[in-house]
Parts: sequence; structure tokens; C-alpha cells
Amino acid sequence: MKKVEVIIKPFKLEDVRDALNELGVRGMTVTEVKGFGRQKGHSELYRGAEYVVDFLPKVKVEVVVPDDMLDQVVDCVARAARTGKVGDGKVFVIEVLDAVRIRTGERGERVV
Amino acid sequence: MINAGDTAFVLFSAALVMLMTLGLAFFYGGLVRSKNVLSIIMQCLFLACILSLQWVLFGYSISFGPDVGKGLLGGLQWLGLRGVGGTPGPYASTVPHLAFMLFQGMFAAITPALIIGAFAERIKFSGFVLFSLLWAILVYDPVCHWIWGHGGWLAKMGMLDFAGGVVVHLNAGIAALVMCILLGKRLGYPKQAMTPHNLPMVYLGLTFLWFGWFGFNGGSALAANGVAASAFVATNTAAAAAGATWALLEWILSGAATTLGTATGAVAGLATITPASGFVAPLAAMVIGIASGVVCYFFVAVVKNRFGYDDSLDVFGVHGVGGALGTLAVGLFASRLVNPGGANGLFFGNPHQFLVQVVGVVAVTIFSGVVTFILYKVVDALVGLRVTEADEITGLDLSQHRESAYND
Repeated sequence: MKKVEVIIKPFKLEDVRDALNELGVRGMTVTEVKGFGRQKGHSELYRGAEYVVDFLPKVKVEVVVPDDMLDQVVDCVARAARTGKVGDGKVFVIEVLDAVRIRTGERGERVV
Repeated sequence: MINAGDTAFVLFSAALVMLMTLGLAFFYGGLVRSKNVLSIIMQCLFLACILSLQWVLFGYSISFGPDVGKGLLGGLQWLGLRGVGGTPGPYASTVPHLAFMLFQGMFAAITPALIIGAFAERIKFSGFVLFSLLWAILVYDPVCHWIWGHGGWLAKMGMLDFAGGVVVHLNAGIAALVMCILLGKRLGYPKQAMTPHNLPMVYLGLTFLWFGWFGFNGGSALAANGVAASAFVATNTAAAAAGATWALLEWILSGAATTLGTATGAVAGLATITPASGFVAPLAAMVIGIASGVVCYFFVAVVKNRFGYDDSLDVFGVHGVGGALGTLAVGLFASRLVNPGGANGLFFGNPHQFLVQVVGVVAVTIFSGVVTFILYKVVDALVGLRVTEADEITGLDLSQHRESAYND
């Protein structure tokens, strides 16, 4: 099992969700986050004072998938979230040791 | 002889000024960070409460009561509004004395509330309450008597302040400057960005202020007459001119016209035209508005940063500077053609009026500055004025009032 953690531009969320749905990924967790990478922030103006805002709004999508789906999922997400401009985001892949379905107590890959 | 139209107008104007005090909470509240918005609302609301009481109990008497001599203070004859009733008093011959009293009471409440913006996000509530109450009694009430009370020394000199450029705006602006310097900067200022948490809320506040200002300035005619109409026109014209000027300035200098800038300009224009509103012609009001936009922008965007004081919501830059500018402008643009009860200014052949206006500005600057300084020291020693570092970081809503504004 692997966790795929993707940070994307907020307006790309629908595309990523639809693409993952088509692959058969049945659940995901989405969080509104702020951060910065190579994309520069912007400056805001309040009564003549300029403030540089580094942290830009992004969306973080987390899905846990069986090992055999990993490559498909990563490719599909990267394709769906891509605009080709700086600030498209990153995909991280993390090893997952175990999973439990709380309702039934089932464990392992069948849970995801 | 009571006139129904005048009475209705003055009572309605009093309600409009009350709307400004409560609406100010939106204007200031939107400008602070979300952890401090309730502290601003509470400060405005609580002042509206206790200063209304102060006014009824003794404030009205020491401001407008019969002069005790030398033009410095009113007497105690009207303590608890004794003798102030439904028949006209000495100040407005066609409205009940009580209506005049209430209208003036709203000014007495909003003036200390204006100062709130200077020490926002770092003042202790107990110290704030004590300071504001003492300031109302020891600064506002006397200055009000000097300029608007019968027998007041500046009134006797012929000083003109139609609706409170000096009594309200300069007075509060100077106190604001002194307080923000003595209290010190907010933690992290100016390195850390402290951006307004809700600009639409600021806009709502502006709406109340601009709307209410018609009562503030127009009502000061104390009758529904030509002078009131003239004050309405001057008020709207100056606000419009200053708002547009501010927007254009930042567009040229910083590359964008902002809602906050335009709103700030409009308030600056309103504060600046306040002393002149019943004395100047519409085109003069436009010139005063443009000047207000330029000068107040300069103080807010340049002077404040140059000197480094943390006048958090620009009370000095907008109200202090605007109030002084407008009061001096009266000395230039006032015309007896607009208001036969006023005087001519320098541009109408009476340079003396300008000198009188200068005396008023200087006297109130010194008096407000010195007494505010003393009050700061006294209140700071008695109950303390600045919150602890931990409380400031937590935010005043939780640390002072045990509430938070936004719970989801």
C-alpha cells in the first residue's frame, strides 16, 4: 500500500477527482492548505503599504492505493493537475504500513 | 417656538450620528486581525453606553452649561439634565433643549471612540475604559465648551467649527497619536504583515459612516434649512472628491486603486469637510476634498512609515490631519453668502479669520496632547494600559472578553 499525497492548484481539484474516479479510486481526503515552492507569491496593497504574500492557497489530496495501482494513479494525477505553468504542485509517494476499516475491523490492502 | 420640521430633523440627525458610532465598529473591526475584531466592537459599543450616561449625568452640563468664567468650562446647573426639557434651550431656538442635548451627546460618544483605532490590538480593556471615560470628561467636555459652549473662549474669539473638525476630529487624532506612541507598537509591527481580516466589513462600516455623516454635519445646522442643505452638499462633495483622489493617487503611485484606499479617502474627506460643511460653497468643498485626499494619503502612506509610530488604523493620519486641514480651510473658504451666521475667510477678504482658526488648531493640539499624555501616565500606573505579551498573541477577543468572533 502506498499513500499518494498531491499538492495542486485549487481549481484543478475537480479534474483530479474525476481522473481518480475513472481509475476506480474510491476514496480520498482533501485539505485546503497554504504554501510555496518555486512559484513566487504576490504583493498586496493596504493604505500605501505593500505586503509580500508568500503562502499561496493550494489543495492537498491524499489517497491510499494498492501497490499495483500506484504507477497508474501517479501518472493520472500528474496529468490531470498539469497546466504547464510554475506552481502546478508536487506528488509524494509514501509507504503505508497498515490500514484498518474502523467499522468492521478489517485490515490491510482490502480496506482501501 | 418649537418647529416640528426642525425638531424631527435634529432628532433624526442624532440617530444618524449614533449609527456612526456603532458603524465605526465595522470600519475598525474589519481592519484588525480576526482575533481582535470583538475587542473593537466591544470598545465602540461600551463607549456608546457609558458616554451616553456620562453626558446625561454631568457631561452636557460642563460642556454646554452656563460658563463658569474665563470661557474654560460650563457650570453644573444642568447636572442630571435638571432644567433641560421639552422647550427650546439657549442653543437652538426651534427645537426642544432635550433634542439638542441628545444630538450633542452622540458627538461626545463618537469622539473617544475614534481614538480606538490608534491603540487597536494591544490595549487592556480595563485601562481603555478608565482612559476613555477620563478623556471624555477632561478633554472632550472642556474643548467642546471652548468652541461650542456659550462663553467659550475660542467661540468668543470667533472661531468657526461647524460640526467638529477641532472638537471631534483633531481632538481625537492628537490623542490617538500620543496614545499610540506611548503604548508602543504591536508585537511584530512593522516586520510582520498585519492585514485587514475583512475588507467587506470595512466597506459596511464606510456605508454607515458616510450615511451617518449627513446627520453629523447637516444636523449641526440645528434646523431643517438652507444651511443644512448646504452642509449636506458640502459633505457629499468632499467625501466623493477625497475618495476619488485617494484612489487615483495609489493607482498612479502603486499601480492599483484599492477599495480600502478609496474608503479611507472618503472618510478623510468627511472628517476634513466637517468643520467647513456649513460655511463653504460646493466647489470649495470639492477643493477641500481633493486636498484632504492628497494630504491624508501623504500622512498615512509616507509620514507614518517614515517616523515608525504604529497608529494602527490611522486615526491621526485621517482624523487628526483631516480635522486640522478642514479647520484651516474654513479660514480660507468660509463665506457669509453661504451662511450669514458664519464669517468670511481669507479668500473673501478676511485674513483675520484664518488666524483665529490657527489659534484654535494650536490650542486644541497642545491641550489634547498634554492632557492625553498625563492621562496615559495616570491610568497606566493605576490599572495598566497594555496587555501582556501572551494576551496580545492570543488576541484581545479571548484574553479580554473570553469570546471568539468566528466559530465554525
